Amino acid sequence: MADNNPFPGENNTGHIWDDNLRELDNPAPRWWMIAFWASILWVIGYAILYPMIPGLSGYTKGIMGWTQMGEYKEGLDEVQMVRAEFETKLQGMTAKEILADEGLSSYTVASAKVLFGDNCAACHGSNGQGGPGYPVLADDNWIYGGAVETIEQSITNGRMGIMPAQANLLTDEELDKLAAAVMSGNPAAEPLFMEKACFACHGPDGKGMQALGSANLTDAIWRFNEADQLASVKQTIKHGVNDTSDPLTREAVMPKFGDRLSKDEIKKLAVYVYKFGGGQ
Amino acid sequence: MSVNPQSKHDAVVDELYAEAGHWKINTGEEKIHAKRIPGKWRIWKWLASLVWLPFFLVPYLRWDDRQAILFDIPNRQFHLLGVTILPQDFWMLSLLLLFFAILLAVVTALAGRVWCGFFCFQTVWTDIFTWFEEKLEGSPQKRKKLDQGPLTFTKVRVKATKHLIWIVISALTGISFVAWFMDAYQLWADLVSFNLGITAVVTILLFIGGTYGLAGYLREQTCFWLCPYARIQGVMVDNTTAVPTYDFHRGEPRGRVKKGSSEAQRTTGDCVDCNQCVAVCPTGVDIRHGQQEGCITCALCIDACDAVMEKLDRPKGLIRYESLDVLNGKEERPLLKRPRVWVYSLVLLLSVIGIGYGMATLDAIEIKVIHSRQPLYVLQSDGSIQNKYTIKVLNKLTEDLQVTISAPDIEGLVLVGAEDPVTARKGMVTPRTLFVRIPRDKLKVESQPLVFYAETTDSSGKRLSSKRESVFIGPK
Ligand code: SF4
Ligand code: SF4
Repeated sequence: MADNNPFPGENNTGHIWDDNLRELDNPAPRWWMIAFWASILWVIGYAILYPMIPGLSGYTKGIMGWTQMGEYKEGLDEVQMVRAEFETKLQGMTAKEILADEGLSSYTVASAKVLFGDNCAACHGSNGQGGPGYPVLADDNWIYGGAVETIEQSITNGRMGIMPAQANLLTDEELDKLAAAVMSGNPAAEPLFMEKACFACHGPDGKGMQALGSANLTDAIWRFNEADQLASVKQTIKHGVNDTSDPLTREAVMPKFGDRLSKDEIKKLAVYVYKFGGGQ
Repeated sequence: MSVNPQSKHDAVVDELYAEAGHWKINTGEEKIHAKRIPGKWRIWKWLASLVWLPFFLVPYLRWDDRQAILFDIPNRQFHLLGVTILPQDFWMLSLLLLFFAILLAVVTALAGRVWCGFFCFQTVWTDIFTWFEEKLEGSPQKRKKLDQGPLTFTKVRVKATKHLIWIVISALTGISFVAWFMDAYQLWADLVSFNLGITAVVTILLFIGGTYGLAGYLREQTCFWLCPYARIQGVMVDNTTAVPTYDFHRGEPRGRVKKGSSEAQRTTGDCVDCNQCVAVCPTGVDIRHGQQEGCITCALCIDACDAVMEKLDRPKGLIRYESLDVLNGKEERPLLKRPRVWVYSLVLLLSVIGIGYGMATLDAIEIKVIHSRQPLYVLQSDGSIQNKYTIKVLNKLTEDLQVTISAPDIEGLVLVGAEDPVTARKGMVTPRTLFVRIPRDKLKVESQPLVFYAETTDSSGKRLSSKRESVFIGPK
């Protein structure tokens, strides 16, 4: 190898590829050595300024007092600063006023997403699509009313539906008849609807009363929506809703958030929920 | 006898070998000072260098009241004459890059490193730098002598002038580059009043350092060791590629012409071993060793060799553009029979069509429709099905627009939330949430296409519109 080295006298190792790519055995260039020592100095400087060397019971803190947590908090403060402008504006406004302002309501929707996820999504689904036994928030059916103020109230004070169990008051035949009437979408046509005083809560036309939270029986939406809808209706009539005397009763409780969330948070949530389906 | 052909021949021979000993093949340890000679390819090289002129001049062109071509990074806009391209349209840029990548491939496959030899900024700037070097310091021999000679006043003056010119060119390069990214006239105004922003200053300084170092000092070493394209293009060259080639069949055995000898008695090949091809080579390559990675295919050695052949009355073209196949007696494969030509041309065509389509369909407003996925649909109390959409209105103009959103006339369709027009802010995307309701009995399929339209008029009364297809989803 050495005797036919095509590049004699240049200190190569004799490893040559592609005619002229060769490995040289030269000392590292000056600039490289300078960079090398400079980077070592850099490390020392860094160790003095920043937290770095681990010990048994902690680590060196560095004289700059920098911490990752501190930097995170600074970043957070920056975000808060940006938000503060909106937040102060929101404070003096009612939910209705917020809804009237396109820019502010999009800010509210964006910033309430986490609130909704933490407090509401477990029952109502992450986008208000509801869940088995829990009402859909994205539709236009509002048992207690869909005005944004009413939604605010529902969140603050919670809701608890009441329907007495009818199991002992109806014969099987009557139950079948009533259930069929409810399924038909026009329960008021069935004389039993009057006789059994269903109208007292659901209204003489069967459209429900928002003040009581009684369901509208004439629309396309079922509060307790199940695959076998007829069986579901029968179950509700028989055992009622939140009737403590009946162990098979349906549960329909919206907890009260007034003591868990601030007024502003609830206001934001109301706007957020209103925006799901456009409210009422 | 007025002119003795023999003595003329001898004079040519003398001149030919006078400098032959000076030319070294580049192994990197000695600075290459290439000789400049006139010739056909030299002219082509100058012409090719002209493609860089627009780099310096175009930023000063105006269109309406702004720069004709401007990459406005802070505002994320690209102005091309009257057209404004926003990041949303930047897919065209990737097609443009694809186009140039394939162009490089096809040219290299056919004619070698044309980019390197004629167009590359490394080559062009080095060429300009050495042109000044030659004007100031003289021929390569003189330059070498000057470099080795003692430090005299003349040497300092000449060298200082040269470096000054180099730095001015470098600075102009940096300023011209920055001028593509900010208003060129403003740039000069800021520059002379020392008000230039830090990013621009750093960019210009980097360019000065880079240009000065690369074109002034590193030169061919850049192509040898630094530039990846050298090797990338190297692998694109094959036996059918026409590159500057030394015809060794004709040239060998090479031999010096002897004074007093006549052409008729010659036993050697056509190469007279004058080393002129090495002399002119900007990378210090001896092309007679065959095509090699140091060769940037600038064709200057063709000029050199042709000049020698002309003087000696031998046929030109001892060094010429030729493929290895042809040199070895194979027939040249016609262009249309080379699959690479077809494949490359196809890709070129596709990218041009793509860019053409993109430019033709650039709209002043554009909408995107995002169908809400969770829930896919919501049953309403009147039995209709509601879908939720977020419409994003992109306004590429420099004025705010009132954009009206509408949906097609499907029986029973109700569009909620589009009653007032969307105020689309200039140069931005403005979202709007909409609901579409369709009675359940009007829904024939689970998922049906639904087109949204956006319409507006700008301040000059021109009607602008855009549409986008989405879907309407209902229960099974
Ligand atoms: S090798 Fe690289 S730097 Fe040199 S001419 Fe070719 S592309 Fe330019
Ligand atoms: S060998 Fe010839 S073509 Fe190649 S770089 Fe040198 S002068 Fe240019």
